[in-house]
Amino acid sequence: MSSTEFFQQLINGLSLGAFYALIALGYTMVYGVLRFINFAHGDVFMIGAFCGYYFTPRILPHFSGASAPLGVAAVLLVTMLTCAALGILIERLAYRPLRSRPKLTVLITAIGVSLFLEYGGQFLFGADPKPFPELIADRPLENTGALTITTTQLAAFIVTIVLLVALTFIVKRTKLGIAMRAVSNNATAAALMGVNIDTVVSFTFGLGSALAGAAGILYSLSYPSIDPLMGLLPGVKAFVAAVLGGIGNIPGAAVGGIILGVVETFVGGSAFSTYRDAIAFALLILILLFRPAGIFGRMQAEKV
Amino acid sequence: MIPFTRWFVLSALCLCPGLISSASAQDIIIGEFASLTGSEATFGINSSNGVELAKEEINNSGGLLGGRKIKIIVEDDQSKPGQPSAAVKKLVANDKSVAILGEIASSRSLEAAPICQEAKIPMVSPGSTNPAVTEKGDYIFRVCFIDPFQGTVMAKFALDHLHVKKVAILQDVKSDYSKGLAQFFKEYFTSHGGQIVGDRSYTGGGIDKDFRAQLTSLKTSQPEAIFVPGYYTEAGLIAKQARSLGIKVPLMGGDGWDSPKLTEIGGTALNGCYFSTHFSVQDKNPNVQDFVKKYQAKYKALPDGMAPLGYDAMMILAQSIKTAGSTDGPKVRDALASVKDYPGVTGNITIDEKRNATKSAVVLEVKDGQAQFVTTVPP
Repeated sequence: MSSTEFFQQLINGLSLGAFYALIALGYTMVYGVLRFINFAHGDVFMIGAFCGYYFTPRILPHFSGASAPLGVAAVLLVTMLTCAALGILIERLAYRPLRSRPKLTVLITAIGVSLFLEYGGQFLFGADPKPFPELIADRPLENTGALTITTTQLAAFIVTIVLLVALTFIVKRTKLGIAMRAVSNNATAAALMGVNIDTVVSFTFGLGSALAGAAGILYSLSYPSIDPLMGLLPGVKAFVAAVLGGIGNIPGAAVGGIILGVVETFVGGSAFSTYRDAIAFALLILILLFRPAGIFGRMQAEKV
Repeated sequence: MIPFTRWFVLSALCLCPGLISSASAQDIIIGEFASLTGSEATFGINSSNGVELAKEEINNSGGLLGGRKIKIIVEDDQSKPGQPSAAVKKLVANDKSVAILGEIASSRSLEAAPICQEAKIPMVSPGSTNPAVTEKGDYIFRVCFIDPFQGTVMAKFALDHLHVKKVAILQDVKSDYSKGLAQFFKEYFTSHGGQIVGDRSYTGGGIDKDFRAQLTSLKTSQPEAIFVPGYYTEAGLIAKQARSLGIKVPLMGGDGWDSPKLTEIGGTALNGCYFSTHFSVQDKNPNVQDFVKKYQAKYKALPDGMAPLGYDAMMILAQSIKTAGSTDGPKVRDALASVKDYPGVTGNITIDEKRNATKSAVVLEVKDGQAQFVTTVPP
C-alpha cells in the first residue's frame, strides 16, 4: 500500500467514523442518563434524513446567492427541532409510562417503537429508495494534492467535532447538564433534591434526537439514497461504537465511532473486502476482551 | 329442536360467502411474489405492473380456457432473504395457485424455486439471470437471458466498443446475480486478451453505502473501466463516490442498473457509463413501441426493463395454459418447455432445454441522466 493510498483510506475511514460517532453520541447520552438503550435512535436518524428530503425544497428556495449557507443552516435547524419534538413525544408516550417497570420491558418497547417508525415510514414515505437533494454541492476540495476530500466529508467532520464540544459543555457546565448527571447518578436522590426528573429526561431525549436528526442529514448528503430502513445498520454500528468507547461516555462514543470507521475502511480496501464486517467486529470483540467496559468506560461494582 | 334449527340456518348463512368464493374459484389463480418494498422495490413494482397489464389484456379479450379469468395474488417479499419462501409457501398451499410468477433478484428466486418444484407447480421468473435458478428443477422457467450471456455481452462490449484491456471489478458479495455476472465477465475478458487488474466486493441490499475504501484501492491499479455488476441503489452511490475520488473511467453494469432511480441517485456522475439490459424504450421495434404506449396510458410513466419482462412472463404463461388446455401443473410445464419464437416485448423468446430464454440484449449509455440506446447484442 502506497503512502497516498494509506492517507486516502485514513481520510475515508475518518469521515465514515464521523457518522458513526455522530449517531453514537445520541445513544450514549440517553444511556448515560437513563441506563437504557434507545433502539429507536437509528430510526429517528432516518426521520431526520426524510425531514431533510421534504424540507429542503420548501426552505432552500427562500435563500439564494450569498445567503445560501443560511438556508442550509435553516434546514438543519428545522430538522433538529422536528426530531427533538419526535424524541420527546416518543419518550412521553412510549417510555415514561414504563419508567418504574423492569428495564427489559422498556427495551422491548424501544424495539417496538423502532419497528413502528420503520414500517410507519414505509407507509408514509414509500418503501423505494429516494434521492437526497444536494443541500451542499458534494465536490472534492481543491489543493489537496493526490488526496481527495469532499465538501460533505469535511462538513460531517466539522459538525461532529462542534456537536461533541457543545454536548460536553452542556453536560459539564450547564444547570440542566448537572441535573442530567444527578439523575444518572441516583434518580431518587436527585428527585428529593428538587430536580424535576421528567424535564431532565425529556431534555435528554430531545437533545439526543436532535443529534440523530443532524446525523441523518449529514449522512444523506454523503450517501444520497434514503429509505425508511436506512437507520437500521448505522444504528447498530453506532451502538457498537458507543459500547466500544464505553457506553454512557461522550468522548468515548466519538472515539469508538472513529475506530470502527477506520478499521472498516482499511479492511474494506484490502483483498479481504468480502469479510469486512466480520474482521471489523472480531477486532471489536478483541478490544472488549481486554477492556470490558469499553475504552473510556469504568467498571462499576453494582450492589446486588 | 328449535335452537338446533336456528343454529343450522345460521351456520348455513355463514357458509354462503364460502359458496360465493367457491364460485369465483373458476378464476385461474396465479401467485406472484415480488419485492414491492425494500432496496429493490422499483424492480418488484415495475415487473408487477407489467404482469398486471398483461393480465388485464388477457381478461379483457375473454380470459383463458373458455372464458375463465386470471386472478393474480401478489405477495411482497420486502427485498429480504427468508421472505420469498414464506410468500411462495402461502401462495402454493393456501391460495392454491396454479403457477407462480417471480422474482427479479436471483437470490430470491433461488429461495422459492425448490418449493415450486416440490409442489410440481410451474414457476416463471421474469428477470432472474443467475443460471442456478432454472437448475433447481424442471418446473422452473425464465423469460430473460442468463448471466453468462450478460457478463459476456459486457466483456465483448468493453473489448470491441470501448477498446479497453484493463478492467477492475467491484461486485456485490451478497448477490448471486452480481457474482455470476462478474465471473462470466472475467472468463470471457481474460480469455480474449483483457486483464482484470483489481477485484473488490461490497455488501448490497442497502447495507453498504460507503464504497470509498474499495474504490480507493481499485484506483491504484489504474483500470481503464470498472465493471460494477450490482443493483441501481449501490451503482448510483458508487458512481458518485468514484467521481469524487477522481476516478474518471467509465463504469459498466448489467440489467441491475436498469431503473430511473439510478440517475436520480447517481446524477451526472453516471455520464458515460454503460449497462446491458433486456429492453429500451427507444428501440424502434413495433412490439416495443406498442407496449410503451399501453404502459404509459395505464401508469403515466415510462416502463423500465423490468416491466416488459413481467409482461412477457405473464403472456407466455397464459399462452402455455392455453396450449396445455388445462391448469394442471405437469401439462402447463410441458407447454412452457415447448415455447418457440414467441414475439415478446423483450425480443423473440425461445425456451431452450435448460428452460432459459434465448434472446438478444441491448446496451445503453447514460447521457445527461438518460439511458440512451447504443446497440443490440444477439444471442
